[in-house]
Amino acid sequence: MAQIFHRSTNTIARVSIYGAALIAGSLVYFLYMFAGSPYVTDVNVAKVQPVPFSHKHHAGELGIDCRYCHTSVEISSDAGIPPTQTCMTCHSQIWTGSPMLEPVRASYRDDQSIPWVRVNQVPDYVYFNHSIHINKGIGCTTCHGPVGDMPLTWQANTLQMGWCLDCHRAPEKFVRPRDQVFSVTYRPPPNQAELGPKLVKEYKIQSLTNCTTCHR
Amino acid sequence: MAAAQDPPVIGPGHTYASVTDKISSIILTRKTPRGWYIGFGISFLLFMMFNYAVTYLLVKGVGIWGINIPVAWGFAIINFVWWIGIGHAGTLISAILLLLKQSWRTSINRFAEAMTLFAVACAGVFPLLHMGRPWLFYWLIPYPNTMFLWPQFRSPLVWDVFAVSTYATVSLLFWFVGLIPDLATMRDRARNRFVKVVYGFLAMGWRGSAVHWSRFETASLLLAGLATPLVVSVHTVVSFDFAIAIVPGWHTTIFPPYFVAGAIYSGFAMVLTLAIPMRKFYHLEDLITMRHLDNMAKVMLATGLIVAYGYVTETFMSFYSGNTFEKYMTVNRWVGPYAFFYWCLIACNIAIPQMLWSKKVRSNVGLLFVLAIVINIGMWLERFVIVVTSLHRDFMPSAWGLYIPTRWDWAVFVGTIGFFLMLFFLFIRFLPAISIFELRTLVESEEAKPAS
Repeated sequence: MAQIFHRSTNTIARVSIYGAALIAGSLVYFLYMFAGSPYVTDVNVAKVQPVPFSHKHHAGELGIDCRYCHTSVEISSDAGIPPTQTCMTCHSQIWTGSPMLEPVRASYRDDQSIPWVRVNQVPDYVYFNHSIHINKGIGCTTCHGPVGDMPLTWQANTLQMGWCLDCHRAPEKFVRPRDQVFSVTYRPPPNQAELGPKLVKEYKIQSLTNCTTCHR
Repeated sequence: MAAAQDPPVIGPGHTYASVTDKISSIILTRKTPRGWYIGFGISFLLFMMFNYAVTYLLVKGVGIWGINIPVAWGFAIINFVWWIGIGHAGTLISAILLLLKQSWRTSINRFAEAMTLFAVACAGVFPLLHMGRPWLFYWLIPYPNTMFLWPQFRSPLVWDVFAVSTYATVSLLFWFVGLIPDLATMRDRARNRFVKVVYGFLAMGWRGSAVHWSRFETASLLLAGLATPLVVSVHTVVSFDFAIAIVPGWHTTIFPPYFVAGAIYSGFAMVLTLAIPMRKFYHLEDLITMRHLDNMAKVMLATGLIVAYGYVTETFMSFYSGNTFEKYMTVNRWVGPYAFFYWCLIACNIAIPQMLWSKKVRSNVGLLFVLAIVINIGMWLERFVIVVTSLHRDFMPSAWGLYIPTRWDWAVFVGTIGFFLMLFFLFIRFLPAISIFELRTLVESEEAKPAS
């Protein structure tokens, strides 16, 4: 009986079966990588702001404490973005004619908020409270990265659930002394493995990994 | 060994050629009977209704169904268990009867296995649809995710995902591998070029050489070995959906064997429901003989008795336990709001099928068809009684309520029946419904017999 298919069909069949398995595996891997990539998470992407505010200059070089602008971080769930008045406490006297600061002066003049672009945000179905983290010895730079070195502001971590769980499952790796929470130059000491558990016990930190902790 | 008065397993006078001709001509040469168009048309319309009901469900949410507190699981779980149960008979016929060397299985195993695949397809839509957010179904699969979370491996609902997907995969593989020699027959007999190429592509280069047959036998035995434990394990895992819970009427260790027996019971009933019209309309009475119907009826009777034992055990244990809630659960089934369905269940599953003890009944094809339908209805009612009577009145009287299915519950259910029938009609039109190469082995054994 005459063959219906050419001999090459044998090779094509084998190549396509192994190829399909390889492609399926690569696709799963690629999707996983994509979901964690900066395109999706905006990590290290400096967003364009109405005024190119430099944390490096203000928090790093000048040494202004985080709480000077982000006032409610120790008592509220939200750290707060400063009103224009806070900027004007200094900039009514220094750099008063600078073109870069014109949007700030205009905002103060016209009583209109500066339209800052949000850099760090969790989704609405997540309940996040800043004050408990501050009070239990988690530093600003632990989650927000080396803010004192950022000439423009970017998101330093993915803020994905898995990243939060890394600390919630092992807080002793990330906790620091309470008096160092607002330091932008603090680095975890070499003895974090001993210091961490000691602080966890002292500050009574619970490893909260129950779903309802954040999904209320 | 067949006794002298047992009906033959294949009609007399058949040769290799006549068996092959008869089955392949249904697809390739004989005119499609008008009944096929009518049947396919009706089931297609029901399938369209299913699509409409599912779209409305996805848009509006599961509130369109009758589920609420306390009965939060309604038709979706009932239909899921019913369809999965039906599927088990096909795998039993294909795999277990193969390993037990029961040669009479050869004329029914192909379409029974197809029935399994279509039943599993129908069953599979319900776990997806009954979710509040069906588009997040993939969270049940343990894939690498940004939440660093696994699904809840302690839950039988997650075990279901593994059990049913394994079952679907193995059944599909087993069915397809078994089809390859027959697809090659179709390829060789087809005269239309396009048809030849399609069957040729599916036959994957089968030559019928000794090497091919040797590998085929090994593959079949391996797949049968894989599929055999599934007959028991899949419905056991499904029964765990209930047995793991603490609700009275669910939390009982009789459930795994009782569910498996019930699955085979309803599955064989469905095989009969499909086999009897098919053999009549396609004149296959000499291939699917009275012996097959007799054997299937006996399996139904046996599994029906196991199911009856399950009911008796449940009732006995609920009183023997002395537990107030367990006792009330049984009394509620007897005289409560759903008592009518409970007594229909007893009639359909226990009382009426006792007729199968009589050889006269087992030889009456029309009566067998009616009995098969009655048993299918009975098995659906069994899942209804289990789910609804236990949920609607459990521990706390202030939480008691009633479950009343809505038209959308019915639409999706009847729609899946349409989907199943539509797939089955397509199957008998385009694929050999009886395993040609396996039936040929029966011809030889019949030809070798001194008397027919």
